[in-house]
Amino acid sequence: MQFDSISAFLAMGGYGFYVWLSYGVSILVLALLVLSSLSNHKKTKQHIAQRQKREIKLRQAAELQKAQASADTRL
Amino acid sequence: MMWKWLHPYANPKTSYHFAGKILPWCTRLAVIFLTIGVTWALLFAPADYQQGDTFRIFYLHVPAAMLSMGIYLGMAIAALSSLVWQLKLADASAAAMAPIGAAFTFIALVTGAAWGKPMWGTWWIWDARLTSELILLFLYLGVIALHNAFEDKSLAGKAAGILALVGVINLPIIKYSVEWWNTLHQGATVSKLGQPSMSADMFWPFLVCFIGFACFVTALICLRFRTEVLNRNSMRPWVRELVANEGKTHAV
Amino acid sequence: MTQLSYRAAFALIVKRDLMIAFRHRDDIVNPLLFFIIVVTLFPLGVGPESTTLSRIAPGIIWVAALLATLLSLDRLFKSDYADGSLEQMLLSPHPVFILVLAKIVAHWLLTGLPLILIAPLLAVLLHLHESSYGALMLTLLLGTPVLSLLGAIGVALTVGIKKGGVLLSLLVLPLYIPVLIFATSAIDTAAMNLPYSGQLAIIAAIFFASLTLAPFAVSAALKVSTN
Repeated sequence: MQFDSISAFLAMGGYGFYVWLSYGVSILVLALLVLSSLSNHKKTKQHIAQRQKREIKLRQAAELQKAQASADTRL
Repeated sequence: MMWKWLHPYANPKTSYHFAGKILPWCTRLAVIFLTIGVTWALLFAPADYQQGDTFRIFYLHVPAAMLSMGIYLGMAIAALSSLVWQLKLADASAAAMAPIGAAFTFIALVTGAAWGKPMWGTWWIWDARLTSELILLFLYLGVIALHNAFEDKSLAGKAAGILALVGVINLPIIKYSVEWWNTLHQGATVSKLGQPSMSADMFWPFLVCFIGFACFVTALICLRFRTEVLNRNSMRPWVRELVANEGKTHAV
Repeated sequence: MTQLSYRAAFALIVKRDLMIAFRHRDDIVNPLLFFIIVVTLFPLGVGPESTTLSRIAPGIIWVAALLATLLSLDRLFKSDYADGSLEQMLLSPHPVFILVLAKIVAHWLLTGLPLILIAPLLAVLLHLHESSYGALMLTLLLGTPVLSLLGAIGVALTVGIKKGGVLLSLLVLPLYIPVLIFATSAIDTAAMNLPYSGQLAIIAAIFFASLTLAPFAVSAALKVSTN
């Protein structure tokens, strides 16, 4: 252990601001990168799922229409 | 030989699942190594006799700078293999790497500035290494911007790949020219400070940090690679099945 | 149909591009005007002292030349892309390398050459050191083709994108840095009456490297863009 107390650790021998600035910025940037990667992944999946749902709905609607059309012609 | 071994990974489905398998392991390793490394660097590593505790920035700055260049090289290799052997997946991995590389370049620049302020007295000097790192950031941003400008992701991958290759040919020229320009305009006095010979009790935490960051990068590449693969194969049956299955488990 | 020789195909495209450009003279004149105006702005910005101006003149002229080239690059493939003749060119039996090179040569004749011709005048305005004129002309002569060649890669990549203009500058300007560094350094060295052949040799090396490699990158990029 290089530091005697927490305040000495935070002060970093007088260079606390610079050390904590660089660690803080690094953590912030990496956290943002991780979060954006995760949310991108989720969004992509949601997007694909949504499109799938839309396709199924369209297909059902088309079938319904066809059924109705055939019923109409029978009348 | 190599082709036989590589062949299954040319299949998007296999490589998607493969990336999914290494992802948790890399994440675990990254968490372990980074926790140990950062604690070691902040608490137990000795302060530099000349630079004092600012030397603790070194454990972030140098791995980030090394990785920023390494990732660019990896991206260029991926781009080359996608252009030469028409590997679509190489494209996806190149696209996955660009934002990660840009982030690490940014970190290297910021930590470099924060280290430079107490040591050199200014946030920024037009030092050769700083300048070429800044230009590297521009190159990354260009690749990302080009990638985002295309609607069709496989076209985007090809275009960004060409740019990455042009950049990697230019990078040594830029680096050389900047170094030369720098020595011309100011004596290489301060840049010596950045690279002291390291003692063992500084080298080990550095190595642990570096391995941690490397695992972190691998994990992120896997994650982003999976996203890219899904994006490119969104109409394939296996993707539809996968998404539908996940939707079910979420609903339940 | 008779097969054109490579040289004939090259000459044909250069001639065609020149002819089209002479019909729209604005395209030639506007980047040149831009070049002149940008250079004029600097003395207004930093003050008219001749010592300051002659100190920063090489940088100003070169940066303005970079920006003017950048401005003119858009024209390189855009109209051909819009009317489909670019795709026809790519489909033609001639190697794309030659066609691309011809287009780049035409572009340089239309922008690089006028820049070189007008640069000494602007150098007078900026009080450039008298012994630097030769270096200025030589660096421009070797450097502006590099700007056209590297710029062509950027244009080829962005020609299919609707708002490619800003993107183009982001892609191309970092690649211009080595030329800028060596050219301004050559001019500075010449001002001190020192030999600047080293810098010139490096610019020449960059020129030949980009002359041989850039057309390949451009043709690959065009194939992606016209997909």
